[in-house]
Amino acid sequence: MAVSFTLNGKPQTVDVSPQMPLLWVLRDSLGMTGTKFGCGMALCGACTVHINGQPVRSCVTPISSVAGKTVTTIEGLSSDNSHPVQRAWLEVDVPQCGYCQSGQIMTAAGLLKKTAHPTDADIDEAMHGNICRCGTYQMIRQAVHLAAQYQAASNSDGHENKGRA
Amino acid sequence: MSTTLPNPKLGRRGFLKAGVAAAGGLFIGFHLPESDKLEAATTSTAKLNAFIHIGSDDTVLFSIHKSEMGQGPQTSLSQLLAEELDCDWKQVRTEFAPVDPAYGPLQGTFGSMSIRTCWDPLRKAGASARDMLLEAAAQKWGVAKSQLRTEKGQVINTATNARLSYGSLADAAGKLPAPAKVAVKDPKDFHLIGTSPKRLDTHLKVNGSAEFGLDARRPGMVYAVLQRCPVFGGKVASFDATKTKAVPGVKDVVQISRGVAVIADNTWSAMEGRRALQVQYDEGKNANLSSAGIRELFVNLAQKPGAVARNDGDVTSALANGAKKLEAVYEVPYLSHAPMEPMNCTADVRPDSCEVWVSTQIQTAAMGTAAKITGLHPDKIQIHTMYLGGGFGRRGGDDFVSEAVEISKAIGKPVKLTWSREDDMQHDLYRPASYTKFAGALDKDGWPVAWNTRVVCPSFGGLRNGVDRTSVEGIIDLEYAIPNFHVDYHPPDVDIPTTYWRSVGFSQNTFFSESFLDELAAAGGKDPLEFRRRLLAKSPRLLGVLELAAAKAGWGKPLPAGHARGIAVVNNIGSYNAQVAEVSVDQGKLRVHRVVCAVDCGHVINPAGVEQQIQSGIVYGLSAAMKGAITIERGRVVQGNFNHYDVLRINEMPVVEVHIVPSQAAPGGIGEASTPTIIPAVANAIYAATGKRLRKLPILPEDLA
Repeated sequence: MAVSFTLNGKPQTVDVSPQMPLLWVLRDSLGMTGTKFGCGMALCGACTVHINGQPVRSCVTPISSVAGKTVTTIEGLSSDNSHPVQRAWLEVDVPQCGYCQSGQIMTAAGLLKKTAHPTDADIDEAMHGNICRCGTYQMIRQAVHLAAQYQAASNSDGHENKGRA
Repeated sequence: MSTTLPNPKLGRRGFLKAGVAAAGGLFIGFHLPESDKLEAATTSTAKLNAFIHIGSDDTVLFSIHKSEMGQGPQTSLSQLLAEELDCDWKQVRTEFAPVDPAYGPLQGTFGSMSIRTCWDPLRKAGASARDMLLEAAAQKWGVAKSQLRTEKGQVINTATNARLSYGSLADAAGKLPAPAKVAVKDPKDFHLIGTSPKRLDTHLKVNGSAEFGLDARRPGMVYAVLQRCPVFGGKVASFDATKTKAVPGVKDVVQISRGVAVIADNTWSAMEGRRALQVQYDEGKNANLSSAGIRELFVNLAQKPGAVARNDGDVTSALANGAKKLEAVYEVPYLSHAPMEPMNCTADVRPDSCEVWVSTQIQTAAMGTAAKITGLHPDKIQIHTMYLGGGFGRRGGDDFVSEAVEISKAIGKPVKLTWSREDDMQHDLYRPASYTKFAGALDKDGWPVAWNTRVVCPSFGGLRNGVDRTSVEGIIDLEYAIPNFHVDYHPPDVDIPTTYWRSVGFSQNTFFSESFLDELAAAGGKDPLEFRRRLLAKSPRLLGVLELAAAKAGWGKPLPAGHARGIAVVNNIGSYNAQVAEVSVDQGKLRVHRVVCAVDCGHVINPAGVEQQIQSGIVYGLSAAMKGAITIERGRVVQGNFNHYDVLRINEMPVVEVHIVPSQAAPGGIGEASTPTIIPAVANAIYAATGKRLRKLPILPEDLA
């Protein structure tokens, strides 16, 4: 079945089984391996992407449900690591093994769109579905607060957020 | 910012292949990170030794022979090399090294040994390369080497102030013999070691471009999953793939030694195909194995003496004559490693060669396995080390490598084998369970005079005189001044595969021993800090971290109502750390609020890296303390995914403070340092808060209600 959607700002059509999860379409059909497989059951958050701006677990999202929608993956967050969340992650040096970080960053980016200045409780609520076995949680918390500052600064400067997410 | 090659999986051989060999094979083309365009015409690279290559454009390429699984060797080993090479840190790039005897007989990353084993040789490799560059400059200028100095990738003639860049000297330097002997810097002259430059891998890990094993892609590659017998030691008896072959995308079904592989044109189709597979198993002798049966075996063994692992004084009479006697049994379950990246391997077996792309902790084993299966000479096998999505000991195994190589050999194509999370959890090599009995005696003043431990724990590795030292580490090496001290050990024979799990024997034994010590302190009416302080009076480094952690945590100072502190200390992997955990228990709900850790890991290469690893190890230990348990029924693992084997999440994360003891001692390890300590620190804090002594993990709400 051919499914058309917008992927990181560009039109994309794939011809795959309608039940095939978006995760595997991205990784195997399109070669976009930034989105990670961790559990296959929406339990760990490693596969998080944005669909129409909302963080979604791509491992349980059939490709047929994506038709006509807008998908943003970690590769589409910015072209140059300039998204406020990426900048904060770089400044805090969050990742260790890094495998979960695409999902962490996409979830954090989703949170900051909804809540410009999240509290620790907001961060817990938004991000407790994203597992990190290296235990970068304290750094993630710090980086989300910093990203909120970066986002606020770029908004007040009148600069457009370069990211499409 | 420094950067890595855009394609770490390309490795040294790919890197070589990409270039144009020139004079003596020293020059090779350079794959510039800024573009995919080959710049062979303008840029060449010379090899100065196994770790250091310098490009004519002044780029410095370090070959990192340790696996990057989050613990930071890509950055910290580069610091060791760059410090002595005296290059410009901004010019540093890295690649993951191929398998080569130059990197030792067992090339791998385990035991928190990277810094400990590389501290001397990598500084010397840096100094040696620098010396060759100095020699090349001396010859070029026709002056004595003694009048030259180096600075940020340049050789400077102190008489004339003339400068030559390393890049302009690399060709000549690469032709020189390595000096027989080199001096390394006095630590007071370090400008990079002891600082925290940004990690070299972060920029790849915030945009999805870091390539993990699971991200390997080859032209013509197919995708596989493997159905294994769910019972340990069982086999596939027969299978019917009729329905599997009808699943769209499925291309082939082949049997290999460890199961039935479903091959498809994408991972999901392979998984769907496997779901449709009909398999009959010969479950073998473990078909009735269960956690209850295993525990019964342990309990029975614990009734009789085991092989003696340590024996000081006369524990029997000291126990009989003590003023107060205490007994306790501690237990922990099997644990899975559960790294975020499930096991996987990509293999391309051809008639005359074999390539493997894998997240591995032991490259030598991966190569040996591939050689054995293919029958090829190791020279014909290339192991491409990818980023590891967590290791924790699990990726020292070669089971996933053997499977992928067997499948590729069977189908004659490059194949990526992916383990589902369920495969990963149910076919892990586990941290073994343990059942450990303690007896202790106090004198009339409440100080310990006898300590007796019987450890029942499947062996992690081999036995020597009946003892697996790893299974009793964290007990036999205790430094507490207790005159009569005895430890014996039983290795029960259980057919569940085991391996190292972050901090290994300490992961259970430090929980046991630091909790039992707390029991003795309480029985003697002593403050847990004061008790340890006195018993460790002759162990300055343990005492040092104990005092620092206690001071920074405000030991003894008032806390909010319902909060309490617990303390624990350990020396493992050549380092020392103490932790004070602050917890509360409210209607069965445990909350760890704050952890203060003091660590003495000798000379620190990268303080931020130390802090990261301490935080990391604490989270790993807390997951084991509060959540982790692998149980066995009918010879198979019950848990399959994070819904039944949960791990610590951000909403449960305590505030962690790390305090480093300044030291000029040789570096210790750090990756596994903090995992053992957090568990007894929390258990002891729970006792202080509630009076409940927890002797079994994981700590469940019903244990606290």
